[in-house]
Amino acid sequence: MAAQATVSSAPPRRRRFNRDRLTAILMILPSLIFIAIFVYGFIAQTGYTSLTDSNALQQLSRLPANFIGFSNYNDMINGTLNERFRTDMVNTVFFTVLFIVTCLVLGIGLAILLDQKVKGESIFRTIFLFPMALSFVVTGVVWKWLFNPTSGLNALPTLIGLPRGEFRWFISQESTLNFFWQDVPTILGFAVAAILVLAAVYFWIKKRSMVAAFVMAGGLLLVALVTFGDPNSLITLERPEQKGFNLALIALVVAAAWQMSGYTMAMYLAGLRGIPEELREAARVDGASEFGVYLRVVLPLLAPITLSAMIILGHISLKIFDLAYTMGGGDNLFIDMPGLNMYFLTFRGQDFARGATVAMVMLVMVAFVIVPYLITQLRGEKSL
Amino acid sequence: MKFRKLAALGVTAAAALGIFGAVTAQDALSGDLEIFSWWTGGGEAAGLEALIASFTETNPGVNIINSAVAGGSGVNARAVLTTRMLGGDPPDTFQVHAGAELNDLWVRAGLMEPLNDIFEANGWMEQYPQGLLDLISDDAGNIYSVPVNIHRSNVLWYVPGNLEEWGVTVPANWSEFVDTTCPALQAAGVTPLAVGENWTQAHLWESVALAELGVDGYNGLWSGATSWTSPEAVGVWETFGQVLACSNDDRNALSWQDASRQVADGEAAFNIMGDWAAGYFLVDLALEPGTGFSWAASPGTDGTFMMLSDTFGLPVGAPNATNVRAWLTFLGSAEAQDIFNPLKGSLPANTTADIGNAELYNAYFQDAYADWTGNAIVGSQAHGAVASPAFTNGFSGIIASYGADGDASSAAANTATLALQTGIGG
Repeated sequence: MAAQATVSSAPPRRRRFNRDRLTAILMILPSLIFIAIFVYGFIAQTGYTSLTDSNALQQLSRLPANFIGFSNYNDMINGTLNERFRTDMVNTVFFTVLFIVTCLVLGIGLAILLDQKVKGESIFRTIFLFPMALSFVVTGVVWKWLFNPTSGLNALPTLIGLPRGEFRWFISQESTLNFFWQDVPTILGFAVAAILVLAAVYFWIKKRSMVAAFVMAGGLLLVALVTFGDPNSLITLERPEQKGFNLALIALVVAAAWQMSGYTMAMYLAGLRGIPEELREAARVDGASEFGVYLRVVLPLLAPITLSAMIILGHISLKIFDLAYTMGGGDNLFIDMPGLNMYFLTFRGQDFARGATVAMVMLVMVAFVIVPYLITQLRGEKSL
Repeated sequence: MKFRKLAALGVTAAAALGIFGAVTAQDALSGDLEIFSWWTGGGEAAGLEALIASFTETNPGVNIINSAVAGGSGVNARAVLTTRMLGGDPPDTFQVHAGAELNDLWVRAGLMEPLNDIFEANGWMEQYPQGLLDLISDDAGNIYSVPVNIHRSNVLWYVPGNLEEWGVTVPANWSEFVDTTCPALQAAGVTPLAVGENWTQAHLWESVALAELGVDGYNGLWSGATSWTSPEAVGVWETFGQVLACSNDDRNALSWQDASRQVADGEAAFNIMGDWAAGYFLVDLALEPGTGFSWAASPGTDGTFMMLSDTFGLPVGAPNATNVRAWLTFLGSAEAQDIFNPLKGSLPANTTADIGNAELYNAYFQDAYADWTGNAIVGSQAHGAVASPAFTNGFSGIIASYGADGDASSAAANTATLALQTGIGG
């Protein structure tokens, strides 16, 4: 905005600029109004609904919803009945991390392989990209058959005389990395502190700025608080509730990564093609091995692509619904996701308020992924 | 002179209009009739089509709009219906389960028209069983919907030849099943009980609860007379856990058809499913009733018929109420029930239906009908007869958690909280 203002103060072009500007405003006004109503207006309404006790009976009886503050949120975190929500939170974190890592690794691997000027590259590219054209529903159904514990992938080894696979895939009830829901504040506290400390070290090495000292102090303070305070008392749920990484999520990750890694590959491939050959040549002339070229020249240049890919994959995995629904039939808690819970609370349970609460939590999680990205984007535009 | 002429003209016109009006009301209905349901596939969709065809034959002027919504065993349809009712755009008539699903939502919100006049004019007050009428009426005696069919929930399915081969008999109660039948079958390498995904587990739970608590105890759960945390109610969860331990461990991967099929294929000995499974054994798997597959009341529930029923009602503000009344009058008749139920594979709700006709109703339904008219009748929880949608949704979460941790006392306590929160037994 500031940059535009200085331009518009140039006197000779003032009138013409104003007309342009008027046209521009008129052009974007309709979409602004519609987005304001149909996106932000409804987000606000969902947010308000989550603070009430709205449900189908009340609405159909034309009764007003009562404002009950944040008690729905408290109920989600501490209420004995909302174990499903808490399981979903843990599931979605594990799923998101695994899904993103798998897609990035597979995507960059495939892209580098395709970048070796292989014959019939476009055919391979199409093959790898093809799963993305499918709906997650199709992927879910197909992989549900493939993962059938008695007849699917598990039966493959028997073809060559090996014993049948034992892993139960999406119906596995095993879990590892177990912890209790009551430990979550401690775990979150240490996680945030670790991020702060790492950020401080980064700032210190890169810029030697004083910011580093503040961030480091904040991180250490948090560590002290978590260690000597009693963060677990934040959770008032009495019954110890075990959570963990459900191995059944592996099935979900495989199916989702099968679908999206081709897309990640396409992004990386575009990035690789954007790197001038001279840069690689220069590195080779300087005596770098082919591996070294990728490690020290190509990968750092692909960092922005990785960021974009993480954002896109991240918001897909946080909002995932159809894949888990078709694979788990809706009520398999070992691969359950918040989107399913929201749908069932709202439409099967007809509890609009709690459904809206889950929706708002999902929005906040996605915002954690999207907003930093938007900020860096906006900053980038300004500096241009 | 002039006045007389005018008056005569007016009288003639009025008479003509009156006759014409009577004609439209009774003989020549016209306009639209939108029928909202979740019957989109298999025998139930065929049954609905046949009903519509028969209705259109006698009322050629009515344009029937079949707005069936697929998916989620009715969840999607109910979501669309709720949205339309909230928006003041009700369909002319819609499918709803008899019992809590009808009474605790639509009737309580004052959105249904009483239909007593139709019931009285057609003699249905005597033709429908009192237990069923109670499920579709409010306390003041207003009746709000017309039942089309009856399903039984507490049925145990098995293949007689297989049981002989494995040397087991149909268990009379759950302790016999858990202590005797289950170990014998496991030793023979057979899954004692085939169970499918979450809702079929809830379906199994209600059969276990009915067996353990008895009719009064089970009904007490919904009226408030039986405490959810009483030792008996906790005992239901414990028995349920023992029964689940006798079942296949890939439950969450199976639909109800998959589970029933395991019995037909000889992989499992028993399956508890509603009597829509009869149609699956009979039509899809082409088995003979009595030899290819057989049935009994689920263990410990002999003499009790746990029912659910699909009904159609008239919402307040329906655009074509006259047509709906004609449709509902047709729907409740013995004739319509004999068209629909053989196709859907369910019992007629109207007792004057031609149940003795073996061409229409197979051996299973002959047998079930005797139970329907002679047994104690209770409503199904998993299918919306005794509990509201809010309870049913929360309960599926409790079933899923119990499947993971097997903690009976926590499941019982959570169900008590849920019942309190959703106004069950209050």
